[in-house]
Amino acid sequence: MTALLIDVMLLLLLVIAAIAAISVRNLLAATMFLAIYSLLMALVWVHLQAVDVAFTEAAVGAGISTVLLVGTLVIVKSDEEPTSMIHWPSLAAVLVTGAALVYGTLDMPSFGDPAAPANQHVAPYYIERALADTGVPNFVTAVLASYRGYDTLFETAVIFTAGISLVLLLRAAAPRRRREKKP
Amino acid sequence: MKEQFIVREVARLLIPFILLFGLYVIFHGEISPGGGFQGGVILASAFILYTLVYGAEGGQRVLSSDASDRLNSVGVLLFAGVGVATMVLGGAFLAYNELLPAQPAAGQVLGIVLVELGVGITVFAVMVTLFNEMIGAARR
Repeated sequence: MTALLIDVMLLLLLVIAAIAAISVRNLLAATMFLAIYSLLMALVWVHLQAVDVAFTEAAVGAGISTVLLVGTLVIVKSDEEPTSMIHWPSLAAVLVTGAALVYGTLDMPSFGDPAAPANQHVAPYYIERALADTGVPNFVTAVLASYRGYDTLFETAVIFTAGISLVLLLRAAAPRRRREKKP
Repeated sequence: MKEQFIVREVARLLIPFILLFGLYVIFHGEISPGGGFQGGVILASAFILYTLVYGAEGGQRVLSSDASDRLNSVGVLLFAGVGVATMVLGGAFLAYNELLPAQPAAGQVLGIVLVELGVGITVFAVMVTLFNEMIGAARR
């Protein structure tokens, strides 16, 4: 009962934060609402017992993303141009898609169901064997770094590539300026 | 913001603890929630706080863009290097058991810690680069 109450409260606050983020005209306020949204989302992850995901959500979603969005607002204007009216075809498309997705969830197994296909494949092996195989008590880390080491390696490579692209794209104009300053 | 007493002193007090927490999250990831990705982001947030208080020049004095570019590659190389090391020792790529053949589980722990450190270094460097390039753009 308490768990249900916490779920309802968190999801209600999430929806409020999301609507607030869309509807405020001041983009700095919208950014803050997005940070609140991320922090609430982190709480939802904790409540689903996905603490590693919650950690990432709090650090990246509420932390770094907010800093970067505020940084963007320094460069661009911080007030949204007033837009006219509701765009009815878009609203219809969103409602239909949303309804289809909600309808789709009705067929999904209930949360944490041990008989669900996703929990029948390799998950039991990981849960039973992770500690003995790897000596690592947190089997999320064991899966990420050991069983799925290739995936994590290439994820790191993706982040690396993003960093290289940043340097190539954003720093391209800056060095020329620095060189010009020197006599 | 260097001239603002409260901001400066709070940052000075907090940054060592943020760095310590970031390292804890990276190296303790195999026992508690967290890991290289989260720890790297936390470390980067310490650098961002420092740069916000002491300005871009202060940040560059602590960690130049050249150094963060190098760190970016160091992380991936460390990760892939562990894989190559296990191959040299006679196993498959990223088969950490080969690191300490006498105690396979300890080899796994060693491999996982090194790999998480690699992820942390790259994530830290990319977040720092992202922030640095952004404030570079703001001053242009």
